[in-house]
Amino acid sequence: MCVRVQADPFDFGAECDAFASGRHHVGAVVTFCGIVRDDGGLQAMEIEHYPAMTAPAIEAMVAEARTRWSLADALVIHRHGRLTPGERIMMVATAAPHRADAFAAADFLMDYLKSRAPFWKKEITTAGAHWVEARSEDETALARWSDETARR
Amino acid sequence: MTLNVVYFAWVRERIGVAQERIDTDAATVAALVDELRAREDRYALAFEDLSALRVAVDQQLTDFDAPIAGAREVAFFPPMTGG
Repeated sequence: MCVRVQADPFDFGAECDAFASGRHHVGAVVTFCGIVRDDGGLQAMEIEHYPAMTAPAIEAMVAEARTRWSLADALVIHRHGRLTPGERIMMVATAAPHRADAFAAADFLMDYLKSRAPFWKKEITTAGAHWVEARSEDETALARWSDETARR
Repeated sequence: MTLNVVYFAWVRERIGVAQERIDTDAATVAALVDELRAREDRYALAFEDLSALRVAVDQQLTDFDAPIAGAREVAFFPPMTGG
């Protein structure tokens, strides 16, 4: 299990290759990469975070994922600082004996990272700068994991 | 007790500092917020609507009615927007 919070870019291809290599008891690796999207006029995105809390909070999310699914390994990389459109913000990789667990754990980690990891995005646009507001859809996405727990 | 109080995103911008040491006898986060609000307008403005804020005590997300006895750090920030 590996969590990295960094300002520097990461090599998505190399990370995926290293993560998927040398495994004999894993049948599935799922990877996700988040990219800075320009919906019009975006010049840059500034990502602030809470250094003392960020990595421990993400590690707790990974630990929670391990209690829910059969995971062999997980990798989360999340950047902070100033990023421009097209840059890769973050990635998640999960490895599991079977693909259903790898997909579900990656999906779960993404939902938690969106709404529970202490990052805040500020968009710098041609019309000015503003903090990105949390979306209610993100809370709804998170709630389905609690519903799933209740169903068990 | 003396707490390290930290602010992020627009909360930091409204209050004007990223962190500060606060002497307080507040028993809960909510009581600390009341003390801060009474200090100056910039705090009152930042803490105007608590439903728009989240709080962490010693780096753990919690609620505004959480106790802060023995805590070292309280952080205030808007809902997170990671990913």
